[in-house]
Amino acid sequence: MIKLDSKIPEGNISEKWTNHKFNMKLVNPANKRKYNVIVVGTGLAGASAAASLGELGYNVLAFTYHDSARRAHSIAAQGGINAAKNYQNDGDSVHRLFYDTVKGGDFRAREANVHRLAEVSGNIIDQCVAQGVPFAREYGGLLDNRSFGGAQVSRTFYAKGQTGQQLLLGAYSALNRQVALGTVKMMTRKEMLELVMVDGKARGIITRDLVTGTTEKWVADAVILATGGYSNVFFLSTNAMNCNTTAIWRAHKKGALFGNPCYTQIHPTCLPVHGESQSKLTLMSESLRNDGRIWVSKKKGDMRNANDIPEEERDYYLERKYPSYGNLSPRDISSRSAKEAFDDGRGVKGGEAVYLDFSDAIKRLGKHVIEDRYGNLFEIYETITGEHPYETPMMIYPAPHYTMGGLWVDYNLMSTIPGLFVLGEANFSDHGANRLGASALMQGLADGYFVIPYTIGNYLAENKPDGLKNSNEEFAKVEKDVNNITNRLLSINGKQTVDQIHKKLGRIMWNKVGMARNEKGLKEAIKEISELREEFWKDVKVVGKADELNQNLERAGRVADYLELGELMAVDALHRKESCGGHFREEYQTEEGEAKRDDENFAYVGAWEFEKNGKWNLHKEELKFDYVKLATRSYK
Amino acid sequence: MSENKLNLTLKIWKQAGTNAPGSFETHKVTVSPDASFLEMLDELNDGLEREGKDPVAFESDCREGICGTCGLVINGHPHGPVPRVATCQLHMRNFKDGETIYIEPFRAKAFPVLRDLIVDRSAFDKIMYAGGYVSVNTGGVPDANAIPIPRDIAAEAFDAAACIGCGACVAACKNASAMLFMSAKISQLALLPQGQAERHQRVEAMVAKMDELGFGACTNTYACEAECPKGISISNIARMNREFLVSKIVSKLTD
Repeated sequence: MIKLDSKIPEGNISEKWTNHKFNMKLVNPANKRKYNVIVVGTGLAGASAAASLGELGYNVLAFTYHDSARRAHSIAAQGGINAAKNYQNDGDSVHRLFYDTVKGGDFRAREANVHRLAEVSGNIIDQCVAQGVPFAREYGGLLDNRSFGGAQVSRTFYAKGQTGQQLLLGAYSALNRQVALGTVKMMTRKEMLELVMVDGKARGIITRDLVTGTTEKWVADAVILATGGYSNVFFLSTNAMNCNTTAIWRAHKKGALFGNPCYTQIHPTCLPVHGESQSKLTLMSESLRNDGRIWVSKKKGDMRNANDIPEEERDYYLERKYPSYGNLSPRDISSRSAKEAFDDGRGVKGGEAVYLDFSDAIKRLGKHVIEDRYGNLFEIYETITGEHPYETPMMIYPAPHYTMGGLWVDYNLMSTIPGLFVLGEANFSDHGANRLGASALMQGLADGYFVIPYTIGNYLAENKPDGLKNSNEEFAKVEKDVNNITNRLLSINGKQTVDQIHKKLGRIMWNKVGMARNEKGLKEAIKEISELREEFWKDVKVVGKADELNQNLERAGRVADYLELGELMAVDALHRKESCGGHFREEYQTEEGEAKRDDENFAYVGAWEFEKNGKWNLHKEELKFDYVKLATRSYK
Repeated sequence: MSENKLNLTLKIWKQAGTNAPGSFETHKVTVSPDASFLEMLDELNDGLEREGKDPVAFESDCREGICGTCGLVINGHPHGPVPRVATCQLHMRNFKDGETIYIEPFRAKAFPVLRDLIVDRSAFDKIMYAGGYVSVNTGGVPDANAIPIPRDIAAEAFDAAACIGCGACVAACKNASAMLFMSAKISQLALLPQGQAERHQRVEAMVAKMDELGFGACTNTYACEAECPKGISISNIARMNREFLVSKIVSKLTD
């Protein structure tokens, strides 16, 4: 029987991390090279972890399915990274960042983790600057900040609209330095397909070489998963094409509990869908909401062009409903308001879109200022849609973007499988039921640079190298399981393509496990997903062979896992009879249509244990709020 | 959104593996002008898979023009006909009904073809291993605002750092030189105070590595800048050459 132990250190919240760092065991510098650590994924969390562990002297094996560590999807983050530096003298502090993040997460995150995140946020900026990350600066040469949703201070550091790129290239450069020094071995174009456990501990992984198709066995003293989120379960999302849940899902099926799978973030500012062949959705940075005003027509089914709708007939609904945060209201609230406008028949020309309008800002600040701030984003918009945002308002609509849920981890970022650590978006930890803008980059780098280098030492000090080899029978057994799945996929030879089935799954998820959920829809979703899963294993068509570069096979394996995860998301959403953050249950709302939490019954992390397909057992980690008073989240 | 679909003929490079011979395969497609170029290939592949045929192997990931994974030579141009747009951001409204489009992989000695349109660009990582970083460990660094950097210098460093490492510059160059790619990183770090300590050894090590990997030299045709989806300026190559020269002189003087 699994018992969840969050291992939150004793003491006052502002001293927990400091005390914990002192109390943890250390590995002697001369002994570190005797330990092998596997890091899967080389985005912000994985690259920063691999580099930092290499610097400490551990033997690191870093895996990515890309051709280079630099391709990870962290690179696409646009807006910025939060840090409690208070460089703007506007009243920011570690406590305020902590407070905003707990409140922004709608009181469903673990206080101690969030406080640690806020504490190390400043170190991240220092680290990145030292690496040569070219953040935006003011004329005096000091760092510039901008505002983001859910905060009333300016604490977001940025590099034009390419902050994720610059931070990832910083971590990538630190990683490259370790590769050159020989402490990290970089394994590209290899995808993790299974976790290997020996004596109840994570001891290695099985990968498939994506060029030759060969499966390989890798042994280590600890395994770190930093493999990102699972928004692609919706088929259409802002995630990259290859983002997938396979690594964490296979670990889940091996015993790692999955925390809060239903908490998904639907980002309010994405480009609307153009048609059936759409392969993914493009995000427009939330930073645009600093100067853009969101509106729809007051009239239902208004077919006029934006510029023909006079000022008095426009409804700036966020400014109207949430006067103190206005267009910078948090993501969940902004997305839901857009959906309400559409449901009310007031989307752009009746469709799934709302306007994001810069004409006031251009009048007030001049075109050159707007160009300086958002030039590259406007270019992207123009490239994709063929329209000019300087002249006509942008059209935007919400899209799946980030998953707050993920593998459950304790304060040390270790899952319920000893020796299996989970970092970044892949874990469930810091964002509760809703992530604030510019906090994902912060969490990924906090986990990799400043948390795991300490906490993994504590584990390794107690689990000394034992000379385990990949010739151990457990490795051969798991490798065989992997090959069996591959062969099964290739032998079905049905009628539907992988994408066809993935799109069907996406439609179920978007309609019934998306922005607004209800009991009836969720029950239907559970049934439909399990039927679709059966259909997949009977009727999918995967072409090509196992021992070659086979992208169809890669996608098939990923979709097979999504067909299981999707059901768990619906199960979790159905059980959580409250609305909180990104999880909005239509049955639980206030008279004004706001999310209604139930702290009495649901102030816990829902951590699911896999029993068999379609059957999970729920474990609860009670959440205590000693430092931020539980309150109804209000941005009015 | 447009209603008129485009009918196109695609001539696509097919090659089973690095050492296998390659040739063009012809496909007819009908596509919405609002679709992206890669969505057109997705649809083509979906159709091929349905018939049990091998799809066309091509790479992409973010589809937002920032990860640098995609990269096709379209009608002779790396990333296609529209300047400063990566393949994944290229939309079909830029093509005409009835057109024939040639689609090839990036071609360079240092980028061997793995399959069809996928090439191995790991040589780029190897250039970076040689010195594309500032040697700082995690922790123990000064406060971020302890290093003031003039705004225009920071902006210039950013422009160089915006390189996405796609390899279009190499594919565009008649010498298959990696100078634009490499000079962007050297420039970024040479401009910033953080990069000063290793300024000389960095440029020497990276240039030596580039030569070793089989990339050619620069003969100033400017093709790389013209095809770069991020508009990385060729002035970075000039800066790199200056850095290289200064470094050689300094090392001679201090010998």
